[in-house]
Formats: sequence, C-alpha cells, structure tokens
Amino acid sequence: MTVNVLTLTIDDQQVSAREGQTIMQVATENGIFIPRLCHIEGLDPVGACRLCLCEVKGTPKLLPACTTKVSEGMEVSTSTERLGEYRKMILELLFAERNHVCAVCVSNGHCDLQSMAQKVGMDHVTVPYRYPKLQVDATHERFIADHNRCILCTRCVRVCDQIEGAHTWDVMGRGEGSRVITDLNQPWGDSETCTKCGKCVHVCPTGALTEKGRSVAEMAKQRRFLPYLTKMREEW
Amino acid sequence: MTPDELKTTAEKQREAVGKYPHRVHVCMAAGCISSGSDKVKDALTDELKKAGKDKCCLVKGVGCMGLCSAGPLVEVADSVAGNSVMYKNVTAEDVPALVASLEGKPVPHLLLPKDIPFFTAQHKIVLENFGLIDPDTIADYIMMGGYEALNKALTDMGPAEVLHEVTASGLRGRGGAGYPTGLKWSTVAKAGGGQKYVICNADEGDPGAFMDRSVLESDPHRVLEGMAIAGFAVGANAGYIYVRAEYPLAVKRLKNAIRQAERSGLLGQNIFGTPFNFKIDIRLGAGAFVCGEETALIASIEGLRGQPRPRPPYPAVSGLWGCPTLINNVETLANIPPIIRKGGKWFASIGTEKSKGTKVFALAGQVNNTGLIEVPMGIKLRDIIFDIGGGIPEGRKFKAVQTGGPSGGCIPEQHLDMPVDYESLASVGSIMGSGGMIVMDESSDMVDVAKYFMEFCMTESCGKCVPCRAGTAQMHDLLARIMEGDATMRDLALLEKLCDLVKNTSLCGLGMTAPNPVLSTLQYFREEYTSRLLDGGGNGRHPKTAAAAEVR
Repeated sequence: MTVNVLTLTIDDQQVSAREGQTIMQVATENGIFIPRLCHIEGLDPVGACRLCLCEVKGTPKLLPACTTKVSEGMEVSTSTERLGEYRKMILELLFAERNHVCAVCVSNGHCDLQSMAQKVGMDHVTVPYRYPKLQVDATHERFIADHNRCILCTRCVRVCDQIEGAHTWDVMGRGEGSRVITDLNQPWGDSETCTKCGKCVHVCPTGALTEKGRSVAEMAKQRRFLPYLTKMREEW
Repeated sequence: MTPDELKTTAEKQREAVGKYPHRVHVCMAAGCISSGSDKVKDALTDELKKAGKDKCCLVKGVGCMGLCSAGPLVEVADSVAGNSVMYKNVTAEDVPALVASLEGKPVPHLLLPKDIPFFTAQHKIVLENFGLIDPDTIADYIMMGGYEALNKALTDMGPAEVLHEVTASGLRGRGGAGYPTGLKWSTVAKAGGGQKYVICNADEGDPGAFMDRSVLESDPHRVLEGMAIAGFAVGANAGYIYVRAEYPLAVKRLKNAIRQAERSGLLGQNIFGTPFNFKIDIRLGAGAFVCGEETALIASIEGLRGQPRPRPPYPAVSGLWGCPTLINNVETLANIPPIIRKGGKWFASIGTEKSKGTKVFALAGQVNNTGLIEVPMGIKLRDIIFDIGGGIPEGRKFKAVQTGGPSGGCIPEQHLDMPVDYESLASVGSIMGSGGMIVMDESSDMVDVAKYFMEFCMTESCGKCVPCRAGTAQMHDLLARIMEGDATMRDLALLEKLCDLVKNTSLCGLGMTAPNPVLSTLQYFREEYTSRLLDGGGNGRHPKTAAAAEVR
C-alpha cells in the first residue's frame, strides 16, 4: 500500500504529512500545540469547541484543526492575535455558562478547561455569569456526574459509543438546555447499559465526571488507555 | 405511462374541464382554509346542486392565489366569454349571490380587481399553476404540461444535456445561500460510487416565510418532477423530501401526489419506458430549525440527532449514509421543470447578470397586501413593497424591511431602490434568504426586533458548538438588558464583540448568521440602542429616565 506524502506550512514551519492526516495531528507531531477541548486523540473529532480554529491561507473561513485534512501546499497559522482573542472569548463563554468554581473542584489542577485558560492567557471573565441551577447525579455506585461542571464536549458520549461500545451516554435538549444523559435520561445508577468501565470519567476534561470519594483537587484523570486501545484495534 | 399516454391524459383532462361553461376556483391552501375557504367550497357545491347548475359549473379547489390577506379567494371563470373575475373575503353566506351571478353581473362588494399591481407586476414561473390546478389531481398538473419536462429529459436528452441546460439557466439555490445549482448538480454527477441520493429540503423555518409550504400545498407534482429530473441528471435512484411536521396539509398533499405519480408510473421503475428508476420517500422533521442546515438534515434522515457537522466533506461527496447526495431547496427544484421544458437560455434571459430567473417572496408584516408573490430578480425593493405590497397600512411611515429571517438583516429606506439580487442584498448587510420579507413601519422597535430574532436563534441553537450555544444566550440577555434600560456602553461593546465571535467561529450557518439581525440594526438604527443606555446620552428616550420624568 502506498501512502501519499505531502508538504505544508504550519506557522511558517515547513512540515511533511501523510495524506488523510488532520492539521491537529500534523501540528502535534511537529511540536506545535493547538488549543482544544472537545478533541482527544483516539476518538472521532467533532469540531465542536472551536478552540482549535486556524487560519488557512486562501480560505476566508476559520477551519477547525481537529477535523480539517491537510492538503499539499497548505499554509496554516495556528496562533495569530485574532485567534488568540477568539480563544479567550470562547473560554470566557464556557466559564460563564455553568458553575465552574476551581477552588472547590475535585479536578482543580487536573482540569483541561483550567489549563487551557492558562495556556491562552484567559485571566478573567468579561461576560456575565449565568449561574444555572443544575443537577448532580450521584446514583452510580462508583461515579458522580456533576452537570454544573460539564462543558458539553461529548468526549464521554464518544468514548462510550466508539471505544466501549455501550452507548450509555448521549445528549438531550438543545442550545443552552443541552445536557449529557445516561440511557433515556435515567439516573446513572439505574442505567442498564453502563458497564461501569469508567472510560467516560477519565476522558472527561473537567470535574463533571469523577470517581466517588475524591476531595478537592484529588481527581486526576488517567488517559493512557485511549491511545493504547486505539493502537491495539488498528493492529488487530 | 408512455409519452403518448401522457398526451392523452392531458387532452382528456382538458376536455373534462372544458365542457363546463363556468368554473369556480376556490383557494384551498392553508392560509385561505384557515379563514374558511373549505366551507365556501362545500357551500358552493351544495348551492349549485340546489340551483341545478352543477352540470354547467365546475367547482375546483386550487392552490394559493397569492393575496392571502384578502382570503378566502374565489375566482369565477366564464369559458364562453373567456374572462374571469376574482372575489375576496368570500364567506359561505356570499355563496348564493355568487351562484346567482354566474350568468349575470359580478357581485360588486366582493370584487377584487385583477388589474392591480399585486397581480400585474408579478412574473410567475414557479407559481405558474397556482390557482389553476387542483393539487390533489395529477391529471390537472399533466394538463398544464406537467411531467413533459421529465419525459423530455428521459427520452430526448441525456444526463449531460440536462446538466448543461441547468448550468446554462444560471439558476442559483433558492434556500438562501445562492450556490449555483448547475455546479452542485455536476459535482454530484461526477462523484464516484454506485448509490446516490437526491434530497429536497422542505424544512422551511424562518419566521414569516411560507414559500415552500405554498409550493408543496399548491403544486406538489412540480417538486416531484424536479426531483426525478435531478435524480436522472446526477445518477440517483432515490430521493427524500424532508418536510417539517408543522406543515400537515403539505405533507398530506405530497403523500397523495407521490401515490398518484407511482400509480401512473411517473415514479418507480422504468419511467417512460426507459431504464431510469426513481422513488421518493417523505421524512418528517420534528421541529428543529437547525435541521434546515444540510448536514443536520442528513443526520436527521439517518435517524441521528439533528446536529450539523463540519464541512468538508460536503454532501455532494459524502452525504446521506456516506453516499454522494444532492440537496436542493423546494423552490430550486420547482424551477427545474420549466427550465427543461423551455431551455436554460429562456430562464437566463430573466433577471439580472448574476441572479437569473425569478424569486418567490412571502410578503408579511406592516404592508397592505400580504401574501405570496413571485417577481423577477433585479426588481426594486420599493416596487415590491409599495406597488405589489400596496404600501404601509393607515398611512404610517415605512421603517425597514427584514429579509432572510433570523439569518438576514433589516434594510432601511435609503436602500429601497436597490435591485433585489443575491449580491446587492448581501452588500447592505442582509441576505436573499429563502424569501421571507417582513415589512416594518415606524411603530417597530428595532432593538426589540433584534432581540426577537436572537431569542429565536438561542432557542434553536443545537448546542453543539460553544460560540452559538453560549454566545447567542449571552447576546440575547444583553439585548434584553438594553431593552430594559439597564445596560451601559460597555455592554454594547461586549455585544458587538460577541457578534464578531459568533459570526466567525460558529460551526454552521445558523451560528454564523445569528448576529446578522443585530449587526444590521446596529448599522442603520444605532441611535435606538444608544438612547437606551444608562450612559448613552439618551435624549429622554431611556426607559427609566422617561418613567422617572413621568413621575415628576
């Protein structure tokens, strides 16, 4: 099998790539970091969080690095001033949308939302906080789902469907009222499809899905299983 | 059905209709039915029987006659004299007088003159059969030349010639974005792979828009014929019509039309004795505006959650179940049969340099003649509103016209002499859109208008991408604060910053265009915003200062 190799420019750096790779993959291989929240290597990209938007020469639209395939001679800019402003603003919207209080969060210090804010330099929130009243589901014997800390990245939905094959998680509602649910919006503890594997907890970027019995800043996520499982499947 | 049988059917129907010296057409589209046209039709049938005139007068329920504000509409035609009169606001009580007038003078107080600009300034292509045929009778459509274009495409032309004619016509997508139809068709035709699909997007959701509904209710076979021709041109053998469940009458008439076409062999296997097969199924939308976006619509047909996905890949390459898919709006497909019948050159002779043909608009709001109109591209907005629309009621002053629904913008007085085409509308901050046209007079509050559309986008956002989900909610709340008089210049600056963000970073068209109503009202009516701000130098119009002044 032959694979076409092509060359492109990312942030003035000339790089080579295999046909079919995404901008995100090629950038990561070359040590260029592009902010992201919904994307995690090993799950199908959805292009939802819009943090990885890049400028591509010749295209007026901003393109998500996680879903956009590279092409020959492409000129990508991943960190212009304009992109930086947009990224900060998107993170502000996320922080204001639900109740993200780092100081009392089990994932404080191990949170992708928090670290992404630090990376793009979002040091304060200029949009009004919305303080929605949301539920905490602690019916599961091992895990807790706290919707106050959910950013609707759908990593849990995808890992449960694509890796575990259970499809316990899905999304209900629309717009601001969207919420991740287990089965047909039953309590997680009553779910008949949940295999209690815990993959959703460990791909969750924030403290929305956590293990029980963890106190503030204790919930570190283990993600090494994901590339391992993906690789094993490819080689099978 | 063979081509010869098509001709015989047309002739037979012409004879069957022609033997009546009098014909009464009653509008049976949703607008007139809601004001009681079905009762008028029943009363007419009964009264004619009573008067013994049922052998000389045909009562026919027809599609939309356009002037919805004057409904129920009834047209009485005299085949012998070769003329016809139109009646407005007809009720069941008026029926005896109408029947009595058949051989005599028309009923004066119901008369609707047919020489007013509303009727004379229009140019009907898509609406050519409206008010003339019974949408539930396939023979009526065939009588008017229906399915001739499909016959011509299948027997006289090949897929390449059909593509050539559509490209030559210069037709652009009527769903709003205006992508060249011929280019879209040839992309799908060139796409590899065996199975291909044609989808008709009938998920019309803009507030104030009812063009697609009227086409489906009044002339459903036209859309089926357009889809079959499209299927032939791109190499698809199956089509779906995605229509919103809020259009029950359109769904009923579509289902009936599909059944009739299948029975007549105009859909199904070996159409017109050629190897071409084409079937059409209906899929009902469950009330999500975002499902009008093509990738969300496709996901919905597949039985998934109706959410858009990033493009590329475009549906032309990977659409329904991963197969190349042609997706066109109702009005686009309704333009196809006349283009094939009369040629692309004829179509290209109508309209402007870059926008060919005609456009159907749903004229609504503060205008005298509300209803469905079809005008050539390039017509002035002023002519639409003041000639066809008859101006603003009660002598009030015109303020703005909103085109393109929640994705569009408000166009003020100074741009009324601009020609209506895709580029001009975009240049003043609005869009052509699917054809909703809402006229607003001086009593309209533009901040309230912007807030209304933002609320619409907020509740219709699917929730997938952050800027649209969280951004529209923030923008809506900022607009509400401005309305209430609690906002400052800083809030206005934040609103503008959010507009820029949501416009440039959202995943699909819904989010990208959601700020348009705010941006266009800010551009033309900024004072209405600033006068409400606490620190905006509000010249007494600030709601709270005004209230305080009253107390004093």
